[in-house]
Amino acid sequence: MNLRRTFAMAYKEALQIWRDPRSLAIALLMPLMQLVLLGYGVSLDIKHVPLCVFDQENSQQSRAVVDRFVSSDWFSISHTINRQSGIGYALDRGDCIAALVIPADFSRRLSTVGAAPVQAVFDATDVNTTNVALGYAQGAVAQANAQIAAQWAASQGVLPSLVGQVDLEPSTWFNETLESRNFIIPGVVAVILSLVGAELTSLTISREWERGTMEQLISTPVTPLEVMLGKLTPYFAIGFFDAGFCLVSAVYWFRVPFRGNIGTLLATTALFIVVVLGIGYLISARIRSQLGASQIALLVTMLPATLLSGFTFPLDQMPALVRAISLAVYARYYVTILRSVFLKGSGLYDLWAPLLGLSIYAVAVIWLAARALHKRLD
Amino acid sequence: MNDIAIRAEGLTKNFGPVSAVRDVDLAVYRGEIFGLVGPDGAGKTTIMRMLSGVLPPDAGRIFVDGVDAVADPEGARLRLSYMPQRFGLYEDLTVAENIFFYGEIFSVPRGERIARSGELLEAAGLLPFRRRMAGQLSGGMKQKLGLVCALIHTPRVLLLDEPTTGVDPVSRRDFWAILYNLRESGVTILLSTAYMDEAERCSRLALLHNGEVRRCDTPAGIKKAMPGALLAIISADPRRLREAVSGQPGVLGVLLMGDRLHVRVDDPARRIPELRLLLAGRGVTGAVIQAAEPGIEDVFVALLGEMA
Ligand SMILES: Nc1ncnc2c1ncn2[C@@H]1O[C@H](COP(=O)(O)OP(=O)(O)OP(=O)(O)O)[C@@H](O)[C@H]1O
Ligand SMILES: [Mg+2]
Repeated sequence: MNLRRTFAMAYKEALQIWRDPRSLAIALLMPLMQLVLLGYGVSLDIKHVPLCVFDQENSQQSRAVVDRFVSSDWFSISHTINRQSGIGYALDRGDCIAALVIPADFSRRLSTVGAAPVQAVFDATDVNTTNVALGYAQGAVAQANAQIAAQWAASQGVLPSLVGQVDLEPSTWFNETLESRNFIIPGVVAVILSLVGAELTSLTISREWERGTMEQLISTPVTPLEVMLGKLTPYFAIGFFDAGFCLVSAVYWFRVPFRGNIGTLLATTALFIVVVLGIGYLISARIRSQLGASQIALLVTMLPATLLSGFTFPLDQMPALVRAISLAVYARYYVTILRSVFLKGSGLYDLWAPLLGLSIYAVAVIWLAARALHKRLD
Repeated sequence: MNDIAIRAEGLTKNFGPVSAVRDVDLAVYRGEIFGLVGPDGAGKTTIMRMLSGVLPPDAGRIFVDGVDAVADPEGARLRLSYMPQRFGLYEDLTVAENIFFYGEIFSVPRGERIARSGELLEAAGLLPFRRRMAGQLSGGMKQKLGLVCALIHTPRVLLLDEPTTGVDPVSRRDFWAILYNLRESGVTILLSTAYMDEAERCSRLALLHNGEVRRCDTPAGIKKAMPGALLAIISADPRRLREAVSGQPGVLGVLLMGDRLHVRVDDPARRIPELRLLLAGRGVTGAVIQAAEPGIEDVFVALLGEMA
């Protein structure tokens, strides 16, 4: 390999990217747009779940329970009804996704038996939302319990700390994995990088064929390896910049807690970008029209990355065959890595399994890409 | 043979049912300017591509500067420069950036690159346009830039596919001045051309037709090979004369050349008086009939007409 030729390729490619509005838009605007679309579209709609309330008692204590439901952003009351049949009607019409039913003897049972049931009814059409809403409801009930226990303790002249509220501690009553945004934003980052990376490089070889510059280029001593390395270098820089932008937004804009190590994050991200760029390059080398290459890149990256990476649909709930297929979706490894690094603070050692998957991918893709360009016209 | 710079033996290429190049043998001597001439689709580009190593032949052998280009294409690539028929440089790079790129690809030392690009740009009249995007150059300037980029690494062999098509006469003169200079320094040039005056400037020519070499000789030798003799009829309305003369006994071919009509005949001594009579009979006055030196175009039309 000749370094001078490699640098010359890299420099030339960088100039062309800089002067090509389309490449610049993909490099700089697409991540921003996708982040807004996916980040908000997927994560924010599971706030303010519409709730209809059928409070048969309407006492101070029953209202305290309702307050627990709406004092967070989790639920918003869409309806207050006064007949049991109103619930089915409201759910059917889609006026609400959840209904809360408090029995007429709520406070009496609470004071005599020491426990009182409340009923929550969910529209389970959208399983995802329902799951999240169910978690919210459990959180709200737990909070109400804590409050009632504290009041009871106070009325008995016992200090609340002595009542034994172990399972009412904030860390347990608020199950963090149910904060869906924390879970989804790392997935969004992986999807964006897969898409942007492959879209960028998918044009790089096909552009030379379409513009007629390839014929002259392949008549020179430049080798396929030098072409690949040279061309991928500027895209790697762009990919890293985009990754930085997405990750910083995840932490400072979407407020996903970051508990891991920056070094681990950067190293795994670099590996993922190599895979993503290599895939785009492979497509580009196989398909000689820019439009075709870009569409294939969209198809082979976007669909699996959104459906099979575990980004929105949990993989462990899928049929065995689909799970087996998802092993080939490189984005899933990065989604796993990002979630672990962000939420659990995992280090490289803990991540050996997804790292192995990603590394195998990187080696295979680069090995193929280095051979993908044939220096001949037919 | 050591002084053969480009040798092709039995070169053959088919595209599906189309046989684009058939069993072509070529031997281009060191320091020659060798021309490939032929009508559209004759196979000029296909031959150029095979010689430059971008298209593998179906059969045949190629040696570039002594290197077997089929077995060792990379070795051959170091010795040649190829300028495709379609502009092959980066339109979104400036003149200087394109030159820099090709200089680096051929690992030309920095000082040498600067000196050479200065000389070549000067000769091509491109010095004032160094910072202009290649895509914004005129057709002729693009072709000259292509030549500059092809020459930045001192190739032994230069392959130019219709380098001057669409280039204005002034730029063509610059272009040829550079080519003659190169020949002085021992570079071997193989070019294809559609211009007969350019064909005339080559040391030798190969006439291609339907993928085969029909004749290969010096321009003078090719002219001698023209069957029959050439007459020129100069008159006010050569178009009308063409109809009158075509198909007359002994007339082998008629070619309109500006204000004159070139008529190829089997036996001038016998046919000149006959033609005079014919013209007089048609009421054409003031027409001059005289023997003429055939140009390359006359010969090609004659030769191709015979083969068709
Ligand atoms: N890639 C290809 N696929 C199919 N047929 C081809 C291809 N390239 C050339 N041909 C055919 O091969 C024949 C020779 O083409 P070639 O381009 O070599 O001719 P040429 O002499 O360069 O013509 P021109 O003066 O138009 O440039 C033509 O019939 C052409 O249609
Ligand atoms: Mg051609």
